[in-house]
Amino acid sequence: MIQNPPNLGIDLDPVRHPEGCRPGIDCDTWLIRGARVIDPNNQLDTCTDVYIADGLIVGMGAAPAAFVLEQAQQVDAQGQWLIPGVIDTWARLREPGQEHKATIATETLAAVASGITTLCIPPDTDPVLDTVAVARFIKRRAQLAGRARVVAIGALTQGLKGELLAEMAELTEGGCVAISNAHYPVRDLRLLRRALEYAATFDILVVIQPEDPSLAKWGCAHEGIIATRLGLPGIPVSAETAPLAQLLAIIAETGARIHINNLSSRAAVRLIEQAKSEGLPVTASVSAHHLWLSEMDTDTLCGNTHVQPPLRSLRDRDALRSALADGTIDCVISDHQPHESDAKLAPFPATEPGISGLETLLPLVLKLVDDGLLTLERALDALTRRPADLFGLTNSGRIELGARADLALINPDTLWTLDETTLQSAGRDTPFFGWDFRHQTTATWVNGKQVFFRADGPVMSQ
Amino acid sequence: MTSLPELKSANQLLDDCLQNLQWAIEQGQLNNPLMVGIHSGGVWVAEALHQRLQLSEPLGKLNITFYRDDFNTLGLHPQVAPSQLPVDIDGRDIILVDDVLYTGRTIRAAMNELFDYGRPARIWLAVLFERDGRELPISAQTVGQRLVLSPRQQIHVDGPHPLTAHIVTREEIA
Amino acid sequence: MAVNFVRPLIPKLATDPWAIQFDAAGHLKHLLTIEGLGSTWITRILDTAEGFMSVSDRDIKKVPLLRGRTVVNLFFEASTRTRTTFELAAKRLSADVLNINLSTSATTKGESLLDTLRNIEAMQADMFVVRHEQSGAAHFIARHAAPHVSVLNAGDGWHAHPTQALLDAFTIRRIKGEFAPLRIAIVGDVKHSRVARSQIHAFNSLNVGELRVIGPRTLIPNDIEPLGVRVYHDMRAGLKDVDIIIMLRLQRERMESGLLPSEQEFYRLYGLTEEKLKWAKPDAIVMHPGPANRGVEIESRVADGPQSVILQQVSNGIGVRMAVMALCMSAES
Repeated sequence: MIQNPPNLGIDLDPVRHPEGCRPGIDCDTWLIRGARVIDPNNQLDTCTDVYIADGLIVGMGAAPAAFVLEQAQQVDAQGQWLIPGVIDTWARLREPGQEHKATIATETLAAVASGITTLCIPPDTDPVLDTVAVARFIKRRAQLAGRARVVAIGALTQGLKGELLAEMAELTEGGCVAISNAHYPVRDLRLLRRALEYAATFDILVVIQPEDPSLAKWGCAHEGIIATRLGLPGIPVSAETAPLAQLLAIIAETGARIHINNLSSRAAVRLIEQAKSEGLPVTASVSAHHLWLSEMDTDTLCGNTHVQPPLRSLRDRDALRSALADGTIDCVISDHQPHESDAKLAPFPATEPGISGLETLLPLVLKLVDDGLLTLERALDALTRRPADLFGLTNSGRIELGARADLALINPDTLWTLDETTLQSAGRDTPFFGWDFRHQTTATWVNGKQVFFRADGPVMSQ
Repeated sequence: MTSLPELKSANQLLDDCLQNLQWAIEQGQLNNPLMVGIHSGGVWVAEALHQRLQLSEPLGKLNITFYRDDFNTLGLHPQVAPSQLPVDIDGRDIILVDDVLYTGRTIRAAMNELFDYGRPARIWLAVLFERDGRELPISAQTVGQRLVLSPRQQIHVDGPHPLTAHIVTREEIA
Repeated sequence: MAVNFVRPLIPKLATDPWAIQFDAAGHLKHLLTIEGLGSTWITRILDTAEGFMSVSDRDIKKVPLLRGRTVVNLFFEASTRTRTTFELAAKRLSADVLNINLSTSATTKGESLLDTLRNIEAMQADMFVVRHEQSGAAHFIARHAAPHVSVLNAGDGWHAHPTQALLDAFTIRRIKGEFAPLRIAIVGDVKHSRVARSQIHAFNSLNVGELRVIGPRTLIPNDIEPLGVRVYHDMRAGLKDVDIIIMLRLQRERMESGLLPSEQEFYRLYGLTEEKLKWAKPDAIVMHPGPANRGVEIESRVADGPQSVILQQVSNGIGVRMAVMALCMSAES
């Protein structure tokens, strides 16, 4: 079995600097004072001081012996929350290949400004992420940007064409945290079964977004009353459940670790629930917007509610919410797809699907907590620890001694509105303009280095 | 406050018009005329005159909504009673009837519409009231009463039974 | 009189796509869908159309109402017949008419659709009559057109074809008078029909007694009952006591995409023959948005028979379209 190496976006040479931090270059020493430090998985919810050095959390409460307080930068974080940095396991940054939509530099800034410290990017880049060279390119671009950690999800098949297997072992050795065919189908079930068997050999996580291309053909909205009324070609729930059921049958035989990405329907949730109860190695994610929007939000005057999978009924949305709450759905993703404005300037069915989701990921999930639909513990678990464990980012997504200092400082009581001025992403395609949120990221650390700081945020001192 | 001019009674107005029209027919100025009223006040007047003149052919009715030049500012009235010209108007003498001749624009629109139906030999204009304020070079041959009014004053004709007329003064804008 | 008929329970959307049809003063500016017009506006359009019908009976079939205005027929989907009726309506209002036929292949990208729009606007157009294969295209154009431009939807994807529904309502009103006592059945490919969707909204707004759709499950969309219809899969049951039968056009592609086994089977089960017509009320009228596929959805003897009002629909279409153009263009000032 090959152990996934830690994949560190800010690490030039993982051999020389296994912890991904070059002292004096990438790292600073920090003392974050008095924040409410929350890490549910460590039963941690207390106001304390956190000491950071060499890219790691080196002390909590009292200063560790080697910590030189005079050299540390300090933040007075009273009244704020310090949480593990959010790990978004499915975000398109559009680089390489579609830099007219967004770049790694623009999107990693948007990420850290919203509490996200790690981004996993799917392999549908151009060129396709089916070689280590592409993975390295992405890593280098992220290092240059110097904001969030960016890790790659390699391709399952060469060119994502669903014909020949990609070199998945080499891809994972070269830094990919999982493999996937993104939203491209593998039509040949025999090939899919073999791909999963091969992945299982090396315990590689396979991310699959179930959508049957023939059932979803031409569709752009949930097949239901709204699509019927607006004359929009529909995508039935079976476009998700039929391939999911097939996949689960194959997993039962192959034993590969599968992460089902971006669930949209109640029926699919039931299938996952059943598979988990049978002990299948299946986990699942949902996008933050599917937790808040439904077909009722379909706005044909604007393509910003055209997403894939489609926004389904209110009943489906409620099922996704409770599945997240009870852990049937493991994590929440942004499914970030920044677009240039022209991509959405067309009649609804002709717009490109996807929304700019990075900056609403954490606020939307915490809004569920505010509404009493989710515990803070489960919310943070779904955004930090759980994805870290699933994607082999074993030293991230937690606040404990020796953990990587990927942290977000959140002001839990700022009323702010998402609008053109507050949105950082190059993709302006969000249906959440005008929404009010309460939780705002004020500062972010990646690898112990402060990568984002809100000007009206906490008080800094040297 | 200015005193309002005295209006003749409807019967008196109709009688005066009738006399003038009969005279024109006798003089040969109007030959076997066809009467056409402009919707809606003109139609009421025309119905009364048509009956008294005992013209053999049915009365024509014009609705000039589609010919107005103020369509942009006034919009379109939804219930437009369509124009009815039951007889071919080519080469005919036409008595065009309206209640009030003011700016002349209604008459222009009516004449435009008439010419879309055919080419009359002559159009003779008969109105109950002729007042000042012409914006087009149009005059009536048969007039029941001539009036000079302030721009704020308007003559309102109600009908068809009984046919009445009164002057209304728009409130001055403070 | 129908009883226990369920009125539409259309859930409210977060953003009402029809609100854009009205200007700030509440006057109709664009006609994109029947939804949101309500019986007041529909009746107003039908009443106005009555006035325009007389224009078509004259020697000079023209009134100067829209003199100097430019109407652009922007057709991204070929349709000579529909385009001609809009063209005739505009010309009878004395507007200048420009026909632009664009294959959608040239405008698959949204940016070029907008570019096309800007280019035509630069020609000082006052009204766009739009037909497009994508649902919502007319809304999209209305949203992005210059403020003085009115947009008429001449059919967008499966979504709406409001002037067709209005002319059908106009035809029914002229023949039957009242809507409340009527049972109306729409037969055939409802799923892909923008005509059917607009008819459903129009007839429900006008409070018809009962509205039915008849067809196989592949051609009747899911969740259509909440729009205010009863679904029938059997012609004999569906046509019972019906006053108005509206046959929809069946596109040949439906057989290729596996929605139907064959034209013959469809004709046998759902094609309107003289025999099936007897299942409806004796004075039932037969309508079709045209062009009819004889021998596929309708028998020639029915299409040309005494109960057919198909040709009246065509001539009424001109008056209704004149009315809509005149009403929308009078909103701009």
